[in-house]
Amino acid sequence: MKLQVIVNGRAHELEIDAHALLLDVLRDGLGLKGAKRSCDAQVCGACTVLVDGLAVSACTYLAIEADGREVLTVEGLAEGESLHPLQRAFIDAGAVQCGFCTSGMLLTARAMLAENARPTRADVLHYLRGSLCRCTGYRKIVDAVMAVAETPR
Amino acid sequence: MLRPFTLHRPATAEAACALLAELGEDAAVYAGGTELLLLMKLGLLRPRHLVDIKRIGELSDITDGPRLAIGAAVTHRTVERSPLVQTRCPLVGSVACHVANVRVRNVGTVGGNLAFADPHSDLATLFLTLDAVVELVSPRGRRELPLAEFVRGPWETTRSADELLVSVRLAPWPRESAAAYVKFGVHERPTLAVAVMLSLDVGRAAGGEGRIVGARLAVGCVGPRPIRVPAAEAALTGASPATVEEAARAAGDAAAAVIDAADDLYGSADYKRDMVAVFVRRAVRIAAARARGVEPAEQFPHAVVA
Repeated sequence: MKLQVIVNGRAHELEIDAHALLLDVLRDGLGLKGAKRSCDAQVCGACTVLVDGLAVSACTYLAIEADGREVLTVEGLAEGESLHPLQRAFIDAGAVQCGFCTSGMLLTARAMLAENARPTRADVLHYLRGSLCRCTGYRKIVDAVMAVAETPR
Repeated sequence: MLRPFTLHRPATAEAACALLAELGEDAAVYAGGTELLLLMKLGLLRPRHLVDIKRIGELSDITDGPRLAIGAAVTHRTVERSPLVQTRCPLVGSVACHVANVRVRNVGTVGGNLAFADPHSDLATLFLTLDAVVELVSPRGRRELPLAEFVRGPWETTRSADELLVSVRLAPWPRESAAAYVKFGVHERPTLAVAVMLSLDVGRAAGGEGRIVGARLAVGCVGPRPIRVPAAEAALTGASPATVEEAARAAGDAAAAVIDAADDLYGSADYKRDMVAVFVRRAVRIAAARARGVEPAEQFPHAVVA
């Protein structure tokens, strides 16, 4: 099947199988390794990407569903050498340890801030439920997201 | 990795049913895929055809009427954010925002949740207290049946192979009422869930006593399918604010006595019966507090209160 999709601002036209998963098309087809395959069951959030701004588990999402849509992966967050405010805040807060969950955390946080620019800590925790981190204990991740939310823009 | 399949994208419910009738057991209905694709990846389901129902207009609507109708392909996220749901059935919106996680809610659908009949479904338990009716369409026409008759057992419904779930229709929220939904568990899916809706006499506004004149109570996740518990409902009916604690206790005991609990990963059957008694009491207390206009601040470990 023909897949026409914009990934990180760039248009692609690919020939894919109906049963191709978005995660495999991104990682193996386009070489974007930021989204990780981990639980493979929509539980952990390591494969999170945004499709038209909505967070989805790319491991359990048919690539053809992204046809005609825009996909954002962690590779598309920074603008050139300039980090996205969330990326900067994650570094500043020490919210990254092993880094495996980080791309999913960043994208999920971005989706949340687009919906709710002034979240409470409880809002952040609720939205990040199902985004698992085995290193940080979450506090620093929430600190980082709150730091961006509280920065006047 | 998924095994190869052919993807069909019918534009009408009738066309979808014709495909299902023609393809028989080789076909699976596909909407969000949050349940189906998981089982396909594991090789537990191997359909050679997927019938995508997301392009069927009527399945994607939430419509008002004598009953609030939620289309089968409506996502949990849409329910969560629907002003109409918030107005007509506020508890449905607040339960929707606690289903799984945001990624599943963005993609997973109400119809998929019900048709999959996972015993750990939040929606089926809640919808039983709203006297939900499901609408099905097939080449033989349309039919409606109560949700309780649709969900037959774990991952099993009375839907026939060529039938399509069109919508679920919820009874109107009684005007003088209070409700609560409480789920508990440490895994991704809840260990148990209790939904309770109390109808009250016109007391509150009119300066009366706020007696429970009707109760609907459902327990889910602990047995093969969610069930209403008439004995618990009877125990609650007639209770006044002064006697509601006693009634809550009786309702909890009644629910624990009837559930068909099994030992599994979520706990032993005995444990589940004990926890059902505890959480039925808690859910009734919360609903009773809401009936008095008080939102209880108490939180329970590993539990979600909606």
